[in-house]
Amino acid sequence: MNSQRLLSILVSRTLTQRTPAPSIQSWSRLRATSVVQEKRFCSSVPKPQKQLVNVTFLLRDGKKQQVKAKVGDNLLDIIIENNVDIDGFGACEGTLACSTCHLIFKPEDFNKLPDKPTDEELDMLDLAFGLTETSRLGCQVIVTKDMDGLEITVPKGVSDARK
Amino acid sequence: MFGGVKRQSGSLIKTLNHFLCDQPNGSILQRLVSSPRTRSTSRTFSQAKPHVALVGGGPAGYYAAQQLLKGNPHIVVDIYEKLPVPFGLVRFGVAPDHPEVKNVINSFTQTALNERCHFFGNIEVGKDISLKSLRDSYTAVVLCYGAADDKMLGIPGENLSNVLSARSFVGWYNGNPDDKNLPVDLDCESAVVLGHGNVAVDVARILLTPTNILEKTDITEHSLEILRKSRIQKVYIVGRRGPLQVAFTIKELREMINLSNTRTIIQPSDVEGLDKIIQDIPRPRRRLTELMFKSAVAPSPEMAQLWAQASREWRLVFLRSPVEICQTAGGKVGGVKFIVNKLQGDNLETQKAVPTDSVETINCGLVLRSIGYRSLPLDNTLPFDENKGVIQHQQSRVHNNKGLYCTGWSANGPVGVILGTMSDAFETGKVVLEDIENGTLLCKERSKRENLVAQIKDKAVTFSDWLKIDQAECAAGELVGKPREKLIDVQQMLSIARSS
Ligand SMILES: Cc1cc2nc3c(=O)[nH]c(=O)nc-3n(C[C@H](O)[C@H](O)[C@H](O)COP(=O)(O)OP(=O)(O)OC[C@H]3O[C@@H](n4cnc5c(N)ncnc54)[C@H](O)[C@@H]3O)c2cc1C
Ligand SMILES: NC(=O)c1ccc[n+]([C@@H]2O[C@H](COP(=O)([O-])OP(=O)(O)OC[C@H]3O[C@@H](n4cnc5c(N)ncnc54)[C@H](OP(=O)(O)O)[C@@H]3O)[C@@H](O)[C@H]2O)c1
Ligand code: FES
Repeated sequence: MNSQRLLSILVSRTLTQRTPAPSIQSWSRLRATSVVQEKRFCSSVPKPQKQLVNVTFLLRDGKKQQVKAKVGDNLLDIIIENNVDIDGFGACEGTLACSTCHLIFKPEDFNKLPDKPTDEELDMLDLAFGLTETSRLGCQVIVTKDMDGLEITVPKGVSDARK
Repeated sequence: MFGGVKRQSGSLIKTLNHFLCDQPNGSILQRLVSSPRTRSTSRTFSQAKPHVALVGGGPAGYYAAQQLLKGNPHIVVDIYEKLPVPFGLVRFGVAPDHPEVKNVINSFTQTALNERCHFFGNIEVGKDISLKSLRDSYTAVVLCYGAADDKMLGIPGENLSNVLSARSFVGWYNGNPDDKNLPVDLDCESAVVLGHGNVAVDVARILLTPTNILEKTDITEHSLEILRKSRIQKVYIVGRRGPLQVAFTIKELREMINLSNTRTIIQPSDVEGLDKIIQDIPRPRRRLTELMFKSAVAPSPEMAQLWAQASREWRLVFLRSPVEICQTAGGKVGGVKFIVNKLQGDNLETQKAVPTDSVETINCGLVLRSIGYRSLPLDNTLPFDENKGVIQHQQSRVHNNKGLYCTGWSANGPVGVILGTMSDAFETGKVVLEDIENGTLLCKERSKRENLVAQIKDKAVTFSDWLKIDQAECAAGELVGKPREKLIDVQQMLSIARSS
C-alpha cells in the first residue's frame, strides 16, 4: 500500500474513532482490571502446585535476600515475582537482548547447572560488566529441585563509560 | 534461534493484553503492575519537593528519572523532549528487526506513568525554552540529549548524492521526521559501508535482509517501498584497522553470518595466525575473533552450502582508509578510493592504522558513512570539549555549573549500548540525590516551575498524548501486518496528540 495513503487512513481513523485513546487514568484502570481478569483466569484452570526451593541473592549493597523459587521458573521470573529490588534488572524481559540479568554463581554451583549456556547466551553475556567464568544470564537459568540452598551474587552494574 | 522466549514490544496496551492471554502465571504482568522499580523508598528528606528537569527523553533520561523517583519520595521529575514522541534512539536508532531490544519501553512507560513524572514532548530546549530558564526554575537540571550529529571524513566526494550518513539512513528507515525525505537510491549493485561498528552492521543488514522479513517489522513503509526495488547484491563493510580492533559485537556478527540468502566473505589471509594470538585475550574479544576466523577459514559444511546458493553477499574488509569518493561521468557515486593501512603499536586493542603506499578502489553506487555519531553543545555557555564531543563534567556534575548535570551519550560520547547508558544514568541519579540530600542544592520556589510549565503547556505533548499516538500507530500497523506503522510527520503526530 502506498505509504501516504496509509498514513492518511491512519490519521483519519484515529481522529474519527469512537473509543477515545486511553488517558493515564484509564491506563491504571486497565491495569487494575487486568489483575482481576488474570486471577479469574488462573482460578478456572487449576495448576499443579510447583515445588519450591530456597535461593539466596547476594545484592549489590552487600545485603542478602532469601526467596522461595518455583522449580521450572527461570531466575528472572523468580526475581520479579519475589520483588527482589535490583535496578534495571531484566530490561529486555528475558529475550536475550540486554544482559542486565547477569548473575554470578559459585564455581561448584556453576558446574552443576543442568543446561549449559548456548552460543547466543554467551554472545549477550560477553557484553555484561564484570563478566566472570561463572557468570550466567538469569533469564536463561531454570530452577531445578537440586538448587535448594543456592547462593547467587548480583554483580555491581558499573559502566565503563564512567572514568 | 534463541533459547529465551521472544516477546516483542507492540502497542503498550496490546502488549498488556497479550501478557494477559499468554502469560497466565502473570510474571510479566506483575512486572508491569508492581515492579519494585517504581516503589518509593522510605528515606525522608528535610527539603520540600525538589523539582528536577531532564533534557532529553531517551534511555538516559528515563533511567535517570527512574533512579530519582525511587530515591526520593518527594521529588518531581519533568522530562523535556524535542520530538513529540519519547524514547530517543530506542525508537529512532534500534533496528526494526530487533524488537526485543525495544522491550525497555515497557519499563520506561512504567516510570512515565508515575504521577511525579511528567513528559513535555515537542519542546526543544535551546529553542522553545532556554537552558537558563530551566536552571532558574528547577532544583537541578540533567542534560541527557544524546548525539544529534555525526562525524565526517573530510574527503573529496563526501557531499555527492548517495553518499549518506548512516545516522540519516537509520533515521530514514526508523521514521525520524528529520530524515523522511532522505534521497536514497538503491538502483545499483554494490554498496560500501565505512566503519566497523554496530551501526555499520545494522545498516548493512537492513540493505541485505529480504523484504518479506522486514515487512513484518516496524520499519517505515516509505523505506520498504525503496528496499523492495533495491538492486543491491553486494555490501562491503570496510574498516581502517584489523580484525582484532573491530567495534561491532558478536551477536551482530553472528546475525550477519546467518543472514538468509546472503554469503559471508572474509579473506582467510586477513585472519591468518589469529587463532594462535587469541588464546590469551579476554573472552568477549576472543569469541568474536574466533567466529570471524572460523567463518573465513572453516565454515561448517551446511553453512558453506547455504553460502554457495546465496544470491547476495557481504564482505568484511580490513585495513582500508577512504581517501576519496569517486564520481562517474554522470556525476553519480562510482566507487571509493582507499589507502591500504598497516598496524602499529604493541597493544592489540589500541594499535593504530598507518598508511602504506598502496591504493585500491572498490566500485559501488552507494556509500554509507558509519564512523560514529557526534554530540553538539546545547548552548554556548556550556563547557564543551569539542575534540571529544562531550560536555565537560566530573562524575556527571557539569564543570563550574552548580545544579547542572549530564549523562548518557551527551555526557560520555556516542558509544555504548543501552546497558551502559542505563548504569551511567543510575549513577547520575544517585549523584543528584546526594547533592539534594546533603543540602548542596536548594529547592526553588514552586511557582517558578509552575510558571515555566504554563508557558509551554499549549505546545507540549504529554505522555497520555503519546499513548494516543502509540495506539494510532499500532492500529495502522495492524492493517499491513506490522507491529506498528510509525508516523513520520510531526504535524500528523500533533494532530493525533490533540485529538480528543
Ligand atoms: C543506530 C543505533 C542502533 C542502536 N542499537 C542498539 C541496540 O540494538 N542495543 C543497544 O543496547 N543499544 C543500541 N544503541 C545504543 C543506544 O541507542 C544508546 O546507548 C542510547 O540510546 C543512548 O541514550 P541517550 O538517552 O543518551 O541518547 P538518545 O537515545 O539519543 O536520547 C536523547 C534524546 O534527547 C532528545 N533531545 C535532543 N536534543 C534535545 C533538546 N535540545 N531538547 C530536548 N530534547 C532533546 C532527542 O530527541 C532524544 O530523544 C544503538 C544506537 C544507534 C545509534
Ligand atoms: N545492536 C547493538 O547492540 C547496537 C547497534 C547499533 C549501535 N550500537 C552501539 O552504539 C554505539 C555507536 O555505534 P557506532 O557504530 O556508531 O560507533 P562505534 O562503535 O564507535 O564504531 C565506529 C567505527 O568507525 C570507525 N571510524 C571512526 N572514525 C573513522 C575514520 N575517520 N575513518 C575510518 N573509520 C573510522 C571506527 O574505527 P576505529 O576503531 O579505528 O576508530 C569504528 O570501527 C556503539 O557503542 C554500538 O555498540 C549497538
Ligand atoms: S533479561 Fe535481557 S538478556 Fe536476560
